Amino acid sequence: MTVTVKTFTSSSEAAAALSSDRNARYLGGGTLVMRALNEGDISLSTVVRANDQALTRIDPSGPRITLGAGVTFARILGERDLAFLHAPARSIGGPAVRNMGTVGGNLFAPNPYGDFTVALLALDATVALQGGFGSRDIPIEEFLQSRERQAGTLVLSVSCTRPTSAEAFHYRKIARIKPKGGSVITLAAHLPISGGRIAGARIALGSMAPTQIRARAAERALEGRSLDAATVEAAAAAAAEGTSPSDNALSSAWYRREIVGVHLRRLLLGQE
Amino acid sequence: MAKTALQFRHNSSDVAIFVDGGTNLLVALRELIGDMTPKFGCGQGGCGTCSVLIDGELHLSCLTLAETVAGRSVETLDSLKQGPNLHPLQRAFAENFAAQCGYCTPGMLMAAKALLDRNPSPSRAEVVEAISGNICRCTGYEPIINAILAASGDRASA
Ligand SMILES: Cc1cc2nc3c(=O)[nH]c(=O)nc-3n(C[C@H](O)[C@H](O)[C@H](O)COP(=O)(O)OP(=O)(O)OC[C@H]3O[C@@H](n4cnc5c(N)ncnc54)[C@H](O)[C@@H]3O)c2cc1C
Ligand code: FES
Ligand code: FES
Repeated sequence: MTVTVKTFTSSSEAAAALSSDRNARYLGGGTLVMRALNEGDISLSTVVRANDQALTRIDPSGPRITLGAGVTFARILGERDLAFLHAPARSIGGPAVRNMGTVGGNLFAPNPYGDFTVALLALDATVALQGGFGSRDIPIEEFLQSRERQAGTLVLSVSCTRPTSAEAFHYRKIARIKPKGGSVITLAAHLPISGGRIAGARIALGSMAPTQIRARAAERALEGRSLDAATVEAAAAAAAEGTSPSDNALSSAWYRREIVGVHLRRLLLGQE
Repeated sequence: MAKTALQFRHNSSDVAIFVDGGTNLLVALRELIGDMTPKFGCGQGGCGTCSVLIDGELHLSCLTLAETVAGRSVETLDSLKQGPNLHPLQRAFAENFAAQCGYCTPGMLMAAKALLDRNPSPSRAEVVEAISGNICRCTGYEPIINAILAASGDRASA
């Protein structure tokens, strides 16, 4: 399918081009945009690209890390300082998809994709956006809730605070095909411990609703307690609360609801 | 619609072509350059038979906007041949019966090359991971894994 490709050297020009054309789509790694083009998606008439170096920058050191929207999963895997993000990055696609797919594109990837974003949601990331009229930072949860309306805005970067310790952050993608396969469900949990108790629990789920969501009932069951068997059991029992999964080729909605608690329990207890 | 001029390194030569907006690299290689070694399987990223190396990294050419390789180096299976001699990976594939219908073979060889270029003596698990984006409907994968391991042994002893 023939489309118009517009390439810009600055992200603000790209953002302006995106916001002024409803049928324009930004090209990140292209793993989903090119699929749509190859399928002949007629909603797409313009492809916008930006060669802005800032979009591929990684700031991996310090307590708060920043990933440019154009950073690929392969690059994250090459950064020793980003070890806490290696499990989510490695869980995506095969090697070619990890060499191509970007953090920014993952924020928009529909089910069964968007695994990396599940990790970012548990880490309470901030998304930096550039619209036609300037830039702003919004919490990832707000971004995901309004994702449909974000068409026309350019994501510049995401940033998050490093987990308090390696043991405080847990991630797992449940897939039928190993080592590569679409998500049945994806889980991430950030459980900072302060004085022996969980303070600021965040659990994020993928494929359990139209976008990645937090399991708030499970978070409530964990908050202020010590991470023992009884607490984990209570969180597991509450895991499906507030979710609205769909049927797809990988699993039925019923199955997802049945197993989300099982996998949350295994994740929190570190069981296989 | 206007075409865009595009120049890049294709195996050992510099090429210049004109592409329509939205043309993917697989179409550019096959239809505009005439290199038929990357295959079309799905056009969806799902099969891996269109795999090529861009600046040494494994990419799916069907999901690569051709214009994005301007000034870069694209290696296809065609680059593996060295005169009449098979590349060690090709020889190992033949000796280990790693190709049946052969449709996945170009992508498997490029995925294997991407692995061995970076990691000359991979473990079996690393080989499995390296070809995890490539589908084979014939061999059951074992002969392919064995071939890649055999080729890595060859390189190590060479
Ligand atoms: C074979 C295969 C396997 C896959 N496996 C997985 C998997 O296991 N897990 C997973 O999560 N995903 C998977 N994916 C989906 C996809 O590759 C990833 O989600 C990837 O992160 C998408 O990023 P991209 O840069 O390629 O997106 P693109 O295709 O470039 O873009 C996707 C969407 O995001 C928008 N977009 C991209 N960047 C920006 C930006 N900076 N600002 C605003 N909008 C933007 C685009 O306009 C488009 O709407 C797979 C894809 C394929 C083809
Ligand atoms: S043709 Fe590119 S992955 Fe199938
Ligand atoms: S040999 Fe037929 S698909 Fe692999």
